[in-house]
Amino acid sequence: MKRSFTLLAVVTGVLLSWGLYGALIAAPTEQTMGDVQRIFYYHVPSAWTAFCLFFVNLAASIVYLAKRNSKADALALASAEVGVVFCTIVLVTGPIWARPVWGIWWTWDLRLTLTLVLWLIYVSYLILRRFSSSGQTPVIAAVLAVLGALDVPLVYFSIWFYRTQHPQPVIGGGGSIDPRMLHVFFVNLAAFSCFGALVCWSRYRLEVVRRQVEEAQALESLLEPRGSR
Amino acid sequence: MSSSSAITRATLRKDLRLEWRSKDAINSMLFFALLVVVIFSFSFDPTAEESRRIAGGLVWVAFLFAAIVALNQTWARELRNQVLDAYRISPAPANSLFLAKALGNFIFVSVLEGLMTPLFIVFYNLRAVGPAYELLIVAVLGTWALVVNGTFFAAMSLRTRSREIMLPLLLFPISIPALLAMVEATTSILTGEFSAKFWIVLLVAYDVVFTTGCLFLFELVLHGE
Repeated sequence: MKRSFTLLAVVTGVLLSWGLYGALIAAPTEQTMGDVQRIFYYHVPSAWTAFCLFFVNLAASIVYLAKRNSKADALALASAEVGVVFCTIVLVTGPIWARPVWGIWWTWDLRLTLTLVLWLIYVSYLILRRFSSSGQTPVIAAVLAVLGALDVPLVYFSIWFYRTQHPQPVIGGGGSIDPRMLHVFFVNLAAFSCFGALVCWSRYRLEVVRRQVEEAQALESLLEPRGSR
Repeated sequence: MSSSSAITRATLRKDLRLEWRSKDAINSMLFFALLVVVIFSFSFDPTAEESRRIAGGLVWVAFLFAAIVALNQTWARELRNQVLDAYRISPAPANSLFLAKALGNFIFVSVLEGLMTPLFIVFYNLRAVGPAYELLIVAVLGTWALVVNGTFFAAMSLRTRSREIMLPLLLFPISIPALLAMVEATTSILTGEFSAKFWIVLLVAYDVVFTTGCLFLFELVLHGE
């Protein structure tokens, strides 16, 4: 367990530095967008990692509701927290990229809006966890995660139709991508996935240890009065 | 089945009678919505053409904020004298309790909408260009969408500190597709520029998905420990 964690950390470090070199130096400059396009190598892998982590959160929540396993709840918490961080990176890098390229900071595009709504749902998830009394937190948080997942397809269709009804700036479009760019992109995708997994894993371990300490302290305070008398 | 619907009816009757005698929720909702209408009206001072475009958003924002007032009181009422604990112990199915509460809120918010709509028409000079009967469908579906989730999240936020703030924080993000559908459908009907069909279908889907989801999960929330 501990060795595989170290191994993952090393792999992540190597991949991240390789990805950094690739994104800033090795990848060719994009023809129309110029250097600002290099945000792509961070923006898209972060989005991918965030969505994976939210998916892990949903799976862990369902497992918790079915089996009432405390470790599943710790994983749900860790993945939601780290997922919100990656999702924030996406929402910050997106406008920085959009402003010089599209001429606007923000548009109610399908992907943008879906990311924003997911971010909002998971922030409310974290607030709920923070505000609820400890014994009931896991159940109601897991219930919220399930309802949030039910919401995603509805958000998708509503924005999809909203977009077809209102004029939108043209985003994406055709054009082929340089194979060197694609290569750098996949290195970064792997690097960010490993990075997300690593941070989530350490947060999970921290949470498990924290719970063990809490339990031990509770047990101790139960036993102590009898011992001191 | 019949016993659970009897429990639903009994709880609903009790809630309606309580509300009829105190009129707490409906009065505060009405006054709140009135304030929103007045403030929006003089801060924008729209022409008839403009107001048709923005009214959909204004109406639903006003109703949403006002509905929060009623939703927050739904379960708080049951905390006094440990009524909610009695519910937990009783063999009555959790879902019939939930349905009664949701229906009660639906009635309160519908009454609010019925009373506020004439005011909106007066203040904003509204006249539907599209088919006006569709507004009624949108209102019924939209109100149920708000109320079913609102009742559920109100029960969830009972378990938190500062629960009055917690309810909108939970309800608003999840309700985004429903809100978008209500606002866009209303605007489409008022301006007559687009057909509201898709949004009505989306609202139906939202209602079905979340009513089912809430009924499945409510027992966990009620007994969640």
